Amino acid sequence: MMKSRPGQEGEKKGFRIPDKLWLLISFLAAMILWYILSIIPATARCFPNVVETLKQIPVMINRGVLWKDIGSSMISVLAGFGLGFVIALPVAILMAWYKPVRNIIEPWIEFIRNIPPLAYVPLVVIAAGVGRKPQIIVITLATFLTMCITIYQGVINIDETLIKAARVLGASDRDIFVRVIAPASLPFILTAIRLGASVALTTLIAAESTGAMAGLGMRIRSLNNNFETKPMLLYIIIIGIIGIIIEKLIKLLERRLTSWQEKREI
Amino acid sequence: MAGEARNLKVRIDHVSKVYETRNGPMEALRDVSLDIYENEFICVVGPSGCGKSTLLNIIAGLQAPTSGKAYCSGHEITGTGTERGVVFQQYALFPWLTVKKNVIFALNMRGIKGEQADKMALEYLCKVDLEKFADHFPKELSGGMKQRVAIARAYAADPQVLLMDEPFGALDAQTRTQLQSELLETWEKDQKTCFFITHDVDEAILLAQKVIIMSARPGRIKEIVPVDIPYPRNQETKLTPEFMQLRNHIWEQVYKEYLEVRK
Repeated sequence: MMKSRPGQEGEKKGFRIPDKLWLLISFLAAMILWYILSIIPATARCFPNVVETLKQIPVMINRGVLWKDIGSSMISVLAGFGLGFVIALPVAILMAWYKPVRNIIEPWIEFIRNIPPLAYVPLVVIAAGVGRKPQIIVITLATFLTMCITIYQGVINIDETLIKAARVLGASDRDIFVRVIAPASLPFILTAIRLGASVALTTLIAAESTGAMAGLGMRIRSLNNNFETKPMLLYIIIIGIIGIIIEKLIKLLERRLTSWQEKREI
Repeated sequence: MAGEARNLKVRIDHVSKVYETRNGPMEALRDVSLDIYENEFICVVGPSGCGKSTLLNIIAGLQAPTSGKAYCSGHEITGTGTERGVVFQQYALFPWLTVKKNVIFALNMRGIKGEQADKMALEYLCKVDLEKFADHFPKELSGGMKQRVAIARAYAADPQVLLMDEPFGALDAQTRTQLQSELLETWEKDQKTCFFITHDVDEAILLAQKVIIMSARPGRIKEIVPVDIPYPRNQETKLTPEFMQLRNHIWEQVYKEYLEVRK
C-alpha cells in the first residue's frame, strides 16, 4: 500500500490529497503539456493534439493493422520474455551455487548487457533469417541478461544465517534449496520478472527491425517512412500503456506473494 | 569429585581455529579445552573477537576446527546435528513463514508432519506465551517476540544441547531481563544443557553454573568461575552479596581483556 510519509506537506495542513487524485493531477498536467507542445510551431509536427491522435485508432483499425500489430508484438514479447526467464532462472542459480560457473559467465553477461540490442540485430538476422525467430531471439537475449543478473545477485545475498538456522534444525541440502533458498529468492525473482518485462518492451523496436511483417515497433518504423506522425505517436503511447499494464500486473503478483518482507520497495 | 557422577555431554579437546584472511592467517582460538556436563548451564564472556562465536559454531558443527576435536555424547562433531540446537542473535526466523510455520519447520525436520506438527507447534508457542501470534509473520513481531519464537523453534527440534549466541544482545534492557527470567524458569524445569554466549557479565552470572572468561585474540580460556548461587534464581539474585562479589571479580578479568583488545 502506498502511504504518504508522516510530516509531508498535505498532513501538516490537515488535508491529504488522495493517491487517485494525484494520478488525475499528473494526467491533467501531461495533457496540458501535450496541448502546449501541439500548438508551438517547432514541436507541432511531432505532437499532433490529443484528438487528432485518438482519431488514428479507427484509422489504423480500418487499415487492418492495429490489432495485428499489437498481437504480433505481444507474441514476440511473451515468447522472448518467457524463454529468457526459463533460461535465466537455472543459470542464475548455478552461478550463485557454483563459483566456477559464476566466474566464467558473469563477466560476459556484464559485457553483453551494455551493448544496445540494435547493434547485434543484423548478425541475428544473418544467422536466423527474417520472421518471428530473430525477434524472439533478440528479446530472449536481452531479457535473459537482465533477469539472470538480478536473480543471481539476489540469491547470493540471501541471509546466510537462515541457511545456518535450517541446517542446525536438521535440514538436508534439498530441504535447504526447496524450503529456504527458493522462498528467499522469490522477491528477487519477481523483481527480475518486472525488469525483464520492461526490457522486453524496450527491445521491441530493435527486435522488430529484423524484417518483421507486423508489430508495434515495425509499424512505427514504416510509418516514419511517410512521416505519418499522428499514428506514430498513437503507437508510441500504446507501447507505454502496455508497459504500465504489465508492470501493474506484476506488482499485484509481488504484493500477493511477498507481503511477508520486512521492507518493500515501492 | 561431584563432576564424575555426571555425564559428559560436550568435550572440546585442544581446539584451535585459524582463519585465512587477506592480511594473512588470523588465530581465533588457541588450544581451547572444555568439558560440558549434561544439564549444565555454561555462560561464556569475553571481549569482541575473542572467538566465543567461533567456539559455538564449532560445537554446532557449522565450522570445523583447524586442529583439535570436539565431541558430543562421545561422538566426534563433524557437522550439524539435531541433538545440538542453536539460537542466533539475529533470530534467523524464516520471514516467509508464519510464527507457527517456523516452529513446524523444526518439527518437519524431525519427521513430525500434518496435524500432529500443528498441535505440537502450538504447544511450543504456548511455552513462550505466543500462541496468540501463531498466524502472524515475523515482521509483525517485536525483537523480543521474535527471539521467543526462535527459542520455541529451537526447542521444537528437541535438542539435548542448546547453543545460544548472544540471544538477548539485540534487545532492550527490559525485554532482556524478561527473557532471562523466562529462560531461567524453563531451564530450571527441563535442565537442558546450555552453552550461552554473552557480553553481559550480570546476565552470565544470573544464568550460569559456570562462567567461562575468554581472553582477547587469540581466544583462550582464561578462567572458569563456578557460580555457587542456588537456583531458583531471579532478578533479585543480582542484589545478593555473592552475586556482587562474583560480578566484581569477573568484571575485573573481562575488563583487563577489553584493555588488551584496545592496545
